[in-house]
Amino acid sequence: MFKEFFEELLNGTLIGLKCLECGEIVCPPKSTCDRCGGRRFEKTVLSGYGKVVSYTVTYVAPMGYEDETPYTVALVELDEGPWIVGRLKVDAETADKENLIGKRVKIYAEEFKSEIFYPNKEKRIVPVFEIVE
Amino acid sequence: MVVVMGVGQTKFGSHPDKTLPELFAQAFFEAFDSSNIELRDIEALYIGNFVGEITDGSANLGGFVADEIGLRGIPAMRYESACCSSAVAFKEAYLAIKHGMYDCVVVGGVEKLKSAGTAIGTRALATAVDGAYEINVGLTFPGVFALVTRLYSETYGIPLDKLREMIAHVSIKNHRYGAKNPKAQFYKKLENLKVEDVLNSKMICSPLTLLDCCPMTDGASAVILASDDFAKDRIDEPIYVRGVGQSSAGSLFRQKRDIVKALPRRLSSQRAYKMAKLEPKDIDVAFIHDCFTIAEIVALEALGFFEYGECASATVEGLTDVGGKVAVNVDGGLIGKGHPVGATGTAQIYSAVKILRNELDFVKVDAENVITDTLGGDFGTIVNVILSVHRG
Repeated sequence: MFKEFFEELLNGTLIGLKCLECGEIVCPPKSTCDRCGGRRFEKTVLSGYGKVVSYTVTYVAPMGYEDETPYTVALVELDEGPWIVGRLKVDAETADKENLIGKRVKIYAEEFKSEIFYPNKEKRIVPVFEIVE
Repeated sequence: MVVVMGVGQTKFGSHPDKTLPELFAQAFFEAFDSSNIELRDIEALYIGNFVGEITDGSANLGGFVADEIGLRGIPAMRYESACCSSAVAFKEAYLAIKHGMYDCVVVGGVEKLKSAGTAIGTRALATAVDGAYEINVGLTFPGVFALVTRLYSETYGIPLDKLREMIAHVSIKNHRYGAKNPKAQFYKKLENLKVEDVLNSKMICSPLTLLDCCPMTDGASAVILASDDFAKDRIDEPIYVRGVGQSSAGSLFRQKRDIVKALPRRLSSQRAYKMAKLEPKDIDVAFIHDCFTIAEIVALEALGFFEYGECASATVEGLTDVGGKVAVNVDGGLIGKGHPVGATGTAQIYSAVKILRNELDFVKVDAENVITDTLGGDFGTIVNVILSVHRG
């Protein structure tokens, strides 16, 4: 359901799956629960807020992504618990000069052109984290 | 008991003039010629290859490789587990012999990433991250380990600038050995690096620079694996496969904070130690998956050689060099020797066997037990192998 997940994010909604066995929130979606392996879920809307746990400014990109460099990839821990990968909306110089770990962020999505191997051949949707404090 | 007979490895570096099967044949012939066997003795081929489809437009390698080396007709399997491809092939070959299916097989790997160029090579490598939720962001493997580096810094309270200086010693050490290894990509190059050289080389994914990274490499490696009954009348110095462990993990983001502890590797190595009835203190030499400087640090901690958070300082103190606690990557490692992805697992076996037989001219370690450590993707696949001169 990666297409639905990204389409929803593009519309401003971060969706997750709440495990009906143990209550764990799984995001992005997966067929089984990260904690208990259960497969009965209900779809849930997450707050879209979290904090930066790590990041890197990418200067050398793979084929299909070169035009986007330098870009900052971040790991964010969402308020509801899951971690997610996206791009941090910050200029490379600031990202390399300051320590942005712990910064509070809000997630949204931007659309990029797809590339030869990406499973959605029409578009590639990228989660973006905006620093809010 | 399963034993290694002969081993082979091509020069690592650039081989644009050879097809994947031709390149593998070079490694195979060296392994075969040192095993005192006939072609008809080899019952199966296990070949590791990561991205032949992308670099050379060539998949389904099993049959092509078997035919290239004169073994048309035998069962021939290609294994893909990113950087762990030939290590997984090795494990599968080991199981087949251990359980009596075959007496003698060839296992190895081949890859041509250098010839593919940086853009295609980087994209090909990135097929080993999550294909929906990580690649879309442009996450690369230097990026993965850059994320690990910052998280390591935060987790253990080592300021990032200080950590960068400490892990630079991994590059310095591994390039020092790579420069001495005639089969290494950086033979006679980068022998006397300084911390500043590593810090000031081209930034790839901050805070990791070019010299924190292993290179793109073409190369192949091969191992003749057999039952000890088969080997005993043919070679004098069988190397015993005492322990084999493997484990897996999902996407990087689902592993959360565990990525600095490389928990799948702890599982994998514990399985290998248990099978071998050996502990980290019994291991003399380790060939570790140092795809990036920080990767060697987190690997050695997960393997039980150092406490979590302590390997960076141990490396600066020389405890990972010859004469220290464990001699690590004294063939140059992935950083100094090169990293032809699908060939790396059995290339580590090559070095392990050579050092146990005291056949490496450029480094001498009195070694009885060696561990290899091969990592596929962002901890997705891990294999550890323990080799010994003792039957156990």
